[in-house]
Amino acid sequence: MAGFREARGDLRLEGVTKAFGDFTAVDDIDLTVPRGSFFALLGPSGCGKTTTLRMVAGLEQPTAGRVMIGDTDLTGSRPYERPVNTVFQSYALFPHLTIRDNVAFGPKRRKDKDAARRTDEALELVQMTPLAGRKPAQLSGGQQQRVALARALVNHPEVLLLDEPLGALDLKLRREMQVELKRIQTEVGLTFIHVTHDQEEAMTMADTVAVMNRGRIEQLGAPASLYDLPRTRFVANFLGQANTGVGTIEGTDGDHLVADVLGTKVRILRSRSEVHEGQVLFGVRPEKVTVSRDQPAGVGNDVKGVVRDVSFLGVATSYLVDMPSGATWSCYEQNLDVDPIDLRPGDEVWLTWNPGHAFGVPVDDAVVPA
Amino acid sequence: MSGLAQVAGDPGVSRAAPAPESTKRSRTAYLLLLPGALWLGVFFVLPLVQLASVSLQSRYPGFPGYYYRDVNVENYVSALTDYAPHFARSFLYAGLATLLAFVVAYPLAYAMAFKAGRWRNLMMICVIAPFFTSFILRTFAWSQILADEGWVARTLDVLHLLPGGHIINTPVAVVAGLTYNFLPFMVLPIYASLERADPRVIEAGGDLYANGFTTFRTVTLPMSMPGVLAGTLLTFIPAAGDFVNMELLGPQRGKMVGNVINDQFLAIPGGYPVAAALSFTLMAAILAMVFLYVRRFGTEELV
Repeated sequence: MAGFREARGDLRLEGVTKAFGDFTAVDDIDLTVPRGSFFALLGPSGCGKTTTLRMVAGLEQPTAGRVMIGDTDLTGSRPYERPVNTVFQSYALFPHLTIRDNVAFGPKRRKDKDAARRTDEALELVQMTPLAGRKPAQLSGGQQQRVALARALVNHPEVLLLDEPLGALDLKLRREMQVELKRIQTEVGLTFIHVTHDQEEAMTMADTVAVMNRGRIEQLGAPASLYDLPRTRFVANFLGQANTGVGTIEGTDGDHLVADVLGTKVRILRSRSEVHEGQVLFGVRPEKVTVSRDQPAGVGNDVKGVVRDVSFLGVATSYLVDMPSGATWSCYEQNLDVDPIDLRPGDEVWLTWNPGHAFGVPVDDAVVPA
Repeated sequence: MSGLAQVAGDPGVSRAAPAPESTKRSRTAYLLLLPGALWLGVFFVLPLVQLASVSLQSRYPGFPGYYYRDVNVENYVSALTDYAPHFARSFLYAGLATLLAFVVAYPLAYAMAFKAGRWRNLMMICVIAPFFTSFILRTFAWSQILADEGWVARTLDVLHLLPGGHIINTPVAVVAGLTYNFLPFMVLPIYASLERADPRVIEAGGDLYANGFTTFRTVTLPMSMPGVLAGTLLTFIPAAGDFVNMELLGPQRGKMVGNVINDQFLAIPGGYPVAAALSFTLMAAILAMVFLYVRRFGTEELV
């Protein structure tokens, strides 16, 4: 295959920018995806995640910056020259070819002598061997999804790109395929880059998640650390729920910052706050908040609110509480007691939390919260 | 009809459903079919039967223009022997015109579907615009364009590229006229099938190690085959039966079968049975060719 470039190693994006006319879809991204990892690009639609993926595939060329695999610079090369394959959104199977011919397409173009054997293996891997003689139109969405995966995997690409691959599936099938994709990734050990707008999908599948917004990577890390300690307002709101309030930092108390949120003093661990003076967006996750009828003694982080709504969910009870600031907080209480506290809308309650669970991020209105 | 009734509901359910509902449904379907069926019956089937009977009639000896009912296969023998060269010419010219139209239309349709951007609608209007003028008038215009005094013949003559000295009244002019007149029928179906193709499927070809040309050969072209098939049929069938282009642009001798049928019907006294037999022979020949062609290139899954 003339022009085909063998390349091994981590995928690196260096200062990658893509502009379409006046619109900057991807804005100066630096990113390293370690070889063999499951990496998720997460963000709302229009955040530039698909454009980033297409630049790795070679379907778009960056306006500035470089796309590298290991030490090989792939910038400017054509899609067919790159050791990268894509599982397209809506699968993009060749409608005129059988399932087997769809999967064999890549190996045949590369004049692979083992094309037939590798095609069989790939079909086996996604359990599509019995339907190999059919045409794509004769398959269900989930089956087409598997074929699209096999068609890309059969080439053993250095990097496999998945563009919202589960977006068209119903919820149950999507959960099954999440597990399946994870299994296959572990089995073949290739670098997977998974683009999605579904935060739950990104968190359950990926080793590392990059949260994108407005063409930039807002934060990058393991799913648990992103959830536990968001560094921007956007990440705090996009990844799970967060109870937030804008406050002013007034001083310190040992390791803690003390902030005034509309008359209520709250404490945040200094190491868990991005800002150390002036205005701060204080936040705490709903399951970290404890609801009680009486003011607990000595904790320090407590706010009085009025219950607006109570939903019993079985494993947990969800409360919506109106705060003095006018915000509505959400709290999850695990139903550990046989006889849970009986709260009704209109009841006054105290909300408390461990200061070590709170976080502080810049108020920063440049980034619009989701 | 039974097909329609089945589409209306799951067969298992309709069996269990009360009878009046399903009879009512099929009655509606029959009623909807009625106008079309009447039209076809009166204006297609009856004339066809009439023509079939004429094609087997014999002349009254001594009374030109009069016939009697008969089973005279001689008309068909004459059609197949005396006019074999005309048939051959018709199929040759129509085939050449179809090929040329394909060569011109495919890049045009491709450009409209993938490259035109905001010019797409304008290009579409340009393709359709000729339909606003009569087919005959446009062919007359071509007889002037290709005339010896016209700029095409003059330019070619100056460049010494016109050995015969003429374009008009040659088979070249006929094929050019046929190509021109049926071009939109080739462009539109190809455009429709290319436009419907998912651009991601074409991108997938590139993603799977096929370069531009290989992607076109293995992905884009096969995906547009339904349009190519429809386009070639819509061009070849009317071109094979056409007589206007030959009449206005062609030579005096070496006519196409359409001209013979036209003359036998209108100009030659007593030519009706032979004309009818020629028509049937042409129809049968085209049907046979279309059948073989569709069997060979048909892509039923994609239509």
